[in-house]
Amino acid sequence: MRVCVQAADFDVSAETEALLARCPEVGAVASFLGVVRSTRDRPIEALTLEHYPGMTERALARIAAEAKSRFSLLGCTIIHRHGRLHPGARIVLVLTAAAHRQPALDATGFLIDWLKTSAPFWKKEHFLNGGATWVDARAEDDHAAASW
Amino acid sequence: MSEPVHILYFAWLRERTGTGEEALVLPSGVRTIGGLIEHLCERGPGYKAAFQAQNLVRCAVNQDFAGADTMVAPGDEVAFFPPITGG
Repeated sequence: MRVCVQAADFDVSAETEALLARCPEVGAVASFLGVVRSTRDRPIEALTLEHYPGMTERALARIAAEAKSRFSLLGCTIIHRHGRLHPGARIVLVLTAAAHRQPALDATGFLIDWLKTSAPFWKKEHFLNGGATWVDARAEDDHAAASW
Repeated sequence: MSEPVHILYFAWLRERTGTGEEALVLPSGVRTIGGLIEHLCERGPGYKAAFQAQNLVRCAVNQDFAGADTMVAPGDEVAFFPPITGG
């Protein structure tokens, strides 16, 4: 398992190759890539991601271990960025490796749903026309995590 | 004097209290997170504003999620933050 919290961007192809190299009996790799989103109604200039150093890494390692045992994963990679990011920037990568497609796909959904409610990150949106607000947590995210 | 607790504030709790972290010797009688919040609210309007919407304040003790009834002891790391919005 590879868990990383970093300011720098990541290379999805290189991470996929590295995961494959670690998992010789892999038959399926599934992935989720989260990206900074702007909207036409209220365009943003940037998004700041704040996190709780120490607890974040622990929380991610815990959910990665949970996914590994639930879905018999051969390996997984979670990379989450922090700091100030612009629209279109990569925020989070989840890669899962399994023998077959279904556990890889299920584990990816589980990981991103759980990550959204148990890894201590907070987003602040900086709008193009000035002003900034902290993003509110969404009840749907809690429901999604609880559904697993 | 007993060892202080190390308190961390994140996101809008950091902005409203005006501090990211501080050390505080627990006053006698403060044994839980709920008690600590009550004590912090007496420290000024910024703290009061931060903890006003208590249903939107989450907490961790020694990096594990905690609640109002969780015990706090000298030397603990206590963090206050809003509901998580990562991913």
